[in-house]
Amino acid sequence: MPARRRALLVLALLAVLSLASLSVALAVGSIPLAFTEVFAALAGADTAARQIILDLRLPRALAGFACGGLLALAGALMQVLLRNPLADPYVLGISGGAGVGALSAMLLGLAGLGIAGFSFVGALAAMLLVFGLAHGDGSWTQTRLLLTGVVVAAGCGAVVALILTVAPEQKIHGMLFWLMGDLSQAAAFLPALAVLALALAVTLPFARELNLLARGGEQARALGVAVPALRRLIYFVAALATAAAVTTAGSIGFVGLIVPHLARLAIGSNMGNDQRLLLPAAVLAGGSLLVLADTLARTVVAPLQLPVGVLTALIGVPVFLYLLSRK
Amino acid sequence: MILSARNLAVSIGLHKVCSGLGLDLAPGSRLAILGKNGAGKSTLLATLAGLRAPDAGTLLLDGKSYAEHGLRKAARLRGWLGQDRSDPFASTVLETVLTGRHPHLGRWSWESSADADIARAALAALSLADMEAREIHTLSGGERQRVALAALLAQQPRLYLLDEPLAHLDLNHQIATLELLTRRARETGVALAMVLHDPNLALRYCDQAILLFGDSRHIAGPAVEVIDAATLSNLYGHPLRRVENFFIPE
Repeated sequence: MPARRRALLVLALLAVLSLASLSVALAVGSIPLAFTEVFAALAGADTAARQIILDLRLPRALAGFACGGLLALAGALMQVLLRNPLADPYVLGISGGAGVGALSAMLLGLAGLGIAGFSFVGALAAMLLVFGLAHGDGSWTQTRLLLTGVVVAAGCGAVVALILTVAPEQKIHGMLFWLMGDLSQAAAFLPALAVLALALAVTLPFARELNLLARGGEQARALGVAVPALRRLIYFVAALATAAAVTTAGSIGFVGLIVPHLARLAIGSNMGNDQRLLLPAAVLAGGSLLVLADTLARTVVAPLQLPVGVLTALIGVPVFLYLLSRK
Repeated sequence: MILSARNLAVSIGLHKVCSGLGLDLAPGSRLAILGKNGAGKSTLLATLAGLRAPDAGTLLLDGKSYAEHGLRKAARLRGWLGQDRSDPFASTVLETVLTGRHPHLGRWSWESSADADIARAALAALSLADMEAREIHTLSGGERQRVALAALLAQQPRLYLLDEPLAHLDLNHQIATLELLTRRARETGVALAMVLHDPNLALRYCDQAILLFGDSRHIAGPAVEVIDAATLSNLYGHPLRRVENFFIPE
């Protein structure tokens, strides 16, 4: 069918875009490098550029790609789970929990892995709290899950504000950067990439079931989908993906909300909501977008670095408002 | 028997829908479920579809319980048309009808051209042949109802469980839909169970009926025997009488 060919073409183009954005991220910076130098260094040539690329730019670019992909995937899954096109990975309070964890770690004077560990624990705590409360009486409705998440997120927001008020002044800057989403502190890219690969491997086999779930739970059950188990699976995959992204780079906004919609538009009205295409497309688009945004964030006002979350929101807000008004 | 129930007790919350209900649907049989709003018709239908558990009793689909069949196998045997038409995400008519093929496809298979042919035949049967590329949100309520019916046809079940299949349909399509379904029952031996609001249509198109009174009482039996003026007056809480001189669509 032509629609499927077009969709596969879009996926191929997004894969090319991902490679291109990664190449740009490796070439651009305070010391500009030619693409030939970049590829030579990656191929193993022992040049001065090799160190810049392998130690500084490649880990940051890969961390950015992984976080963008994770957030976009989590956003697409949340939109199916809540059957709401306005859902995003943070709507269930996971970033709020991570924020409380990360800022507490900073307040205690921890750095690097300490912050990552605390924020991951915070994210897991929020995820279990929301799941437990929304599941209190064994039933599960989208509204109840959404409301529980929003209230937990609001509670976390209050705790974050409290920490910001009592924190000593010299720590505030780092805290604000974390809250806005910042890749310069990204300690490691491997865990995020591993979670991304795992999340895709777990969800793609259920993509056609997700299509049915998005249309309605009861109809999906009548068509043979194990709905409660599938809902639990995508809740935990989306939550874990969000936790991994937030732990790596802070709470980067808007990627999880707008990238699934951008991917839908790119695939086209026919099959635009087919999760078999949408999930990989969202991962590639989200990864590329975050890598490009981060490259801008560290170059537009160099030597100053902007938190990448500011740029994704600055790009994301007008794009999303445009998409919304077009409807 | 495609579906048989023994001593079925169904309730929703504190509301008892029925108890001691017995039912046998042979190939080709057509059952109407009648009752007031809130009597529990949809709840009973969802129970017959295996979507909710009965309080008591046994329910066998093609000789086995739903648990023994498993979700996928059950979905190849019985189809269920719900009342909800709220699709939050955009999708084309053909994609929507192809969802009915899900239980026939392997985990990694995509819909083949044979599946697309089945879906197109279903669309044609509901006079939607030229609409396959339309976005479902641009359709009228009646057209979306027919798309949902087409998806059910594409599922090719042996038992059709239809919750208000005539909702939103104009007179013409109400008759066309019932003619289509009963012709399938006659020619291919599928069985039908549907929630209806019009006792005339129930009498004309169904051979069995279950009347739910909303207070756990029910009457089940051959449609011509259980559907009469006195019972219907009692059922709907409104006096009805049989007349000979009124308009019926041919």
